[in-house]
Amino acid sequence: MAAAIEVRQAYKRYGDVQALDGVDLEVRPGEFFALLGPNGAGKTTLISVLAGLARADRGDVRVMGFDVRENYREARRALGVVPQELVFDPFFTVRETLRIQSGYFGLRSNDAWIDEVIERLDLTAKANANMRALSGGMKRRVLVAQALVHKPPVIILDEPTAGVDVELRQGLWEFVRQLNAAGHTIVLTTHYLEEAETLCSRVAMLKNGRVVALDTTRNLLAGVSGIHLKLKLDPDRLPPALAQHSVPGPDGYRVLAIQRHADIPDLMIALREEGVTVQELELVQPDLEEAFVQIMGRR
Amino acid sequence: MTGFRTLLYKEMLRFWKVSFQTVAAPIITALLYLLVFSHVLAGRVEVYPGVSYTAFLIPGLAMMSLLQNAFANSSSSMIQSKVTGNIIFVLLPPLSHAEFYWAYIVAAVVRGLMVGLGVFSVTLVTVAVPVPHPFWALVFALLGGGILGALGLIAGIWADKFDQLATFQNFVIVPLTFLAGVFYSIHSLPPFWQAVSHLNPFFYMIDGFRFGFFNASDVPPTTSLVVVAVCFAALSFTALQMIKRGWKLRH
Repeated sequence: MAAAIEVRQAYKRYGDVQALDGVDLEVRPGEFFALLGPNGAGKTTLISVLAGLARADRGDVRVMGFDVRENYREARRALGVVPQELVFDPFFTVRETLRIQSGYFGLRSNDAWIDEVIERLDLTAKANANMRALSGGMKRRVLVAQALVHKPPVIILDEPTAGVDVELRQGLWEFVRQLNAAGHTIVLTTHYLEEAETLCSRVAMLKNGRVVALDTTRNLLAGVSGIHLKLKLDPDRLPPALAQHSVPGPDGYRVLAIQRHADIPDLMIALREEGVTVQELELVQPDLEEAFVQIMGRR
Repeated sequence: MTGFRTLLYKEMLRFWKVSFQTVAAPIITALLYLLVFSHVLAGRVEVYPGVSYTAFLIPGLAMMSLLQNAFANSSSSMIQSKVTGNIIFVLLPPLSHAEFYWAYIVAAVVRGLMVGLGVFSVTLVTVAVPVPHPFWALVFALLGGGILGALGLIAGIWADKFDQLATFQNFVIVPLTFLAGVFYSIHSLPPFWQAVSHLNPFFYMIDGFRFGFFNASDVPPTTSLVVVAVCFAALSFTALQMIKRGWKLRH
């Protein structure tokens, strides 16, 4: 079976900026995949190239095995994109927008699925409202619905939860999870790394148009060096030897970075010798944010 | 075909939802021209023997309105979509290049025809204008609308801002339509300006269209048909190539 997304040596330059600098990436069918990176890393350019909104200068880019230029119609039919920008057509209602979008994909009687998408995204009350009258969060939902009208096997969400309230975020992720369970491949970019950590099985990190990390979420977390110990001390002071390992922590707590679990006993001894009692102790698990910061800092 | 039909439907719904501005307003404008010019010139000018100036003016005004509105439709739709960003809704789907092109063109022609027909029907109240060759009139209306629809699409794709488009419209489209012999026969012009008028493709659209009404024209209608058809074919080819290459649409 063809890869859901296949990118081989993709290059794209805008003026002085090398937006994509030899990107290699493969997303397998059915994956829930995260595309992470700081602003300007090339995430949106990569998505635009996949969607045919931009054209790579060089390289081989395929969606479900279809070349995005040679077989653009098949490639686009296989792909649903939720764009980052909050765009809408002010002339139409929500339902008109979705019917029209279905028609563009060659679907004439799609009302049952449109109704389902409207309901799942909690748009029922606004179905006949003009797009102009909708709040930002509602407009975002319509963009998600538009990307799904043709039930694409591959769905790309470019920052879908930016500026969206908690309720929608949770509802949206539940819906997207179900789509993934039903076999849709999901590619996600987000600034909320905890979303990527809980949802995505594999992660690619981009920096300056290059893939700098590509692995399962689990392996990336395992690769985070160091362990963080969150402590509440009485009295609240650290012996000088330990102070150099201190990193900023929440109010009233000290956070110590250590290399191995085996370092803990020595640390406790050092504290006791200083006459400090440990009131609370918590081992902080490394998260994707930590991995992200380390990987971005490294290369 | 569903993709083409949907884009056409969307393009027509777009102008129809604001038909007061897009259809009614240009009809009123054309009627004002008719009122003023026929008041001033009726009885003083006779372009073709036995044809009153008011009767002469009506087909030209109808055609001018048709052409300007065909241009306005495709160009404003394209520039609005580009500026607001909702152009992606038509760039993401698997619409073929031809579907994309023809949907914009047909919608532009439909709006042009509605305005042109509106002008014509309202003026019928005052002057009865015969149509001895309705087929000729229709062919020129369709081709003229198609040419301006294609020009509008090209200008809309080219322009990055509304004022660039307005410049194109005010400095190219409006002068060319005005100077195409809507208000006069070019035979009344000095030889130099007659020759210049023959270089204006809009002249052939209006002259050929008027042949359908008065069985008389400045140049033979077949000549006009050839010029107009070649223009439409060339513009269609250009626009289709632009769409295919994604010029200014797919970066």
